[in-house]
Amino acid sequence: MADAAQPKPMDAHTHDSGTRRDFLQIAATSLAGIGAAIAVWPLIDSMNAAKDTLALSTTEVDLAPVQMGQRLTVKWRGSPVFVDHRTADEIKAADAVDLGSLRDPQTDAQRVQKPEWLIVVGVCTHLGCVPLGQKPTDPRGAYGGWFCPCHGSQYDTSGRIRQGPAPLNLAVPPYQFTTATTVKIG
Amino acid sequence: MAAAPQQNKIVRWIDHRLPIFTFMQHELNEYPTPRNLSYWWNFGSLSGIMLVIMIVTGVFLAMQYTPNVNMAFDSVERIMRDVNFGWLLRYLHMNGASFFFIVVYVHLFRGLYYGSYKEPRELLWMLGVVILLLMMATAFMGYVLPWGQMSFWGAKVITSLFSAIPVVGDSIVRWLWGGFSVDNPTLNRFFSLHYLLPFVIVGVVVLHLVALHQHGSNNPLGIDRKGPQDSIPFHPYYTVKDMFGLGVFLIIYAAFVFYMPNALGDPQNYVQANPMQTPLEIVPEWYFLPFYAILRSVPDILFIPAKLAGVLCLFGAIGVLFFLPWLDTSRVRSARFRPVYKWVFWLLVIDVAVLGYCGAHRPEGWFILAGRLSTLYYFVHFIILFPVIGWLERPLPLPTSIAAAVTRKGGAPLGAASPMEKH
Repeated sequence: MADAAQPKPMDAHTHDSGTRRDFLQIAATSLAGIGAAIAVWPLIDSMNAAKDTLALSTTEVDLAPVQMGQRLTVKWRGSPVFVDHRTADEIKAADAVDLGSLRDPQTDAQRVQKPEWLIVVGVCTHLGCVPLGQKPTDPRGAYGGWFCPCHGSQYDTSGRIRQGPAPLNLAVPPYQFTTATTVKIG
Repeated sequence: MAAAPQQNKIVRWIDHRLPIFTFMQHELNEYPTPRNLSYWWNFGSLSGIMLVIMIVTGVFLAMQYTPNVNMAFDSVERIMRDVNFGWLLRYLHMNGASFFFIVVYVHLFRGLYYGSYKEPRELLWMLGVVILLLMMATAFMGYVLPWGQMSFWGAKVITSLFSAIPVVGDSIVRWLWGGFSVDNPTLNRFFSLHYLLPFVIVGVVVLHLVALHQHGSNNPLGIDRKGPQDSIPFHPYYTVKDMFGLGVFLIIYAAFVFYMPNALGDPQNYVQANPMQTPLEIVPEWYFLPFYAILRSVPDILFIPAKLAGVLCLFGAIGVLFFLPWLDTSRVRSARFRPVYKWVFWLLVIDVAVLGYCGAHRPEGWFILAGRLSTLYYFVHFIILFPVIGWLERPLPLPTSIAAAVTRKGGAPLGAASPMEKH
């Protein structure tokens, strides 16, 4: 370091004599730097979801009381999940859509396990609002699915984004039918 | 304020070991300040006083507040109803945030008009922008603490902004939340950081003041002090002027705290947070409205989707301020001598007002167009107009000195009021 402060250009001699010390300095500083960086990781990781939070990640839903055409909201991992017992017309409408016209192209079949049960996370993919459409009196938008009041995104009867700022379709959570009328989400 | 160090034996003993009296003498009594500062220069010290009020009321509120999703809302209501003077502490703190932003925004526009960001005050200005960013983060997290509907959904929307980042966005959002949604871990960390950041702000304010005292205050003429005839000591001249301004300011602040404490807030925030239901309209506090409008207005830009573009422009709107000292190509500081910039400055003020108006309304109908145009103008103003006006504009002749411009006799003694000019 002292070499650098000297006004004359570094010649071969000073360069040679500096090498050992420079090496030690660089090695020690780098090691301390890496050590400090590693020490930060536990702090950062402590902010990630804790084990008990992760443990609460499944929800069982009894579908028996849900009538055709009725929509049910359940809570899964702190967010609403929309369960839609779709009518034949709604399924037909979802199937008839031209994939080329979609922002996030997915067929209806890719988004459901049983066509009459659509299960999607009720969180708008734009900025996380809960779209309207679960209650019969709610606006459902121009495509019969859901309408997000925050920034006007509209979803169709398959929960696919059709209009507005949201980039993606409503997410389909992992789920399985444990019996004919019970579904386990998560 | 500070006694001369040699006057008192005890003072002398302390000062020899801890030169605090010398420091005060130097930075207050002797600190030369331009003699022509207007009331626009009050807003720096007002900001400092607001910071102190916020920290003091905040520390006492924290003694009563419970950062838990099941208890936070009720603990705030308890502060309002049961805690002695709790209503006063909370209303001071809640309205204090608004008034803190008012004085800081005036302070910032003062700097823009009089070119206070120009050489040699670039770092002083940039430290100010850092303080603004820290203030915004602090205010945002503080607003979440009462756990009302607007707290929750504001937190959800703003943290979801980070999901716009490609690839790692979702992981970052989960990390910010500490879970799968805004929930108890989120509230806890926001409380922790809301308590921490004000003290970080204090640290940056100290640097801001060190940078300020290096070259001293700019002034309405924007020309350098050339000698003792151009300056007066900070104390008592500006301490008394700051105190008078503070009195006027506190009257307005108190009028809000005592007579219309909820005028600036959103009634939705007196409804407890419900993660299953979004309020019909999510609107941030007024001081974030212009930025919220920018976020919502930006459409798809080339290959960048609207969501990411909105986020980039939101951060860019503050980020561009860091580059201002180099974007402005004019050497003349004060707009008083810049015949074109003098008017263009007001276009920015109007533009920010229009943005704020758009931010308060749903992006429908003509609000979409108004929001997009005012967002566009915001960036054009800084990135295009600033350098171009600097090149093309012909400034008016500058006065030879501050004293020459502001006194009839051009710096002749003013009388007993100016001790520095007796010699």
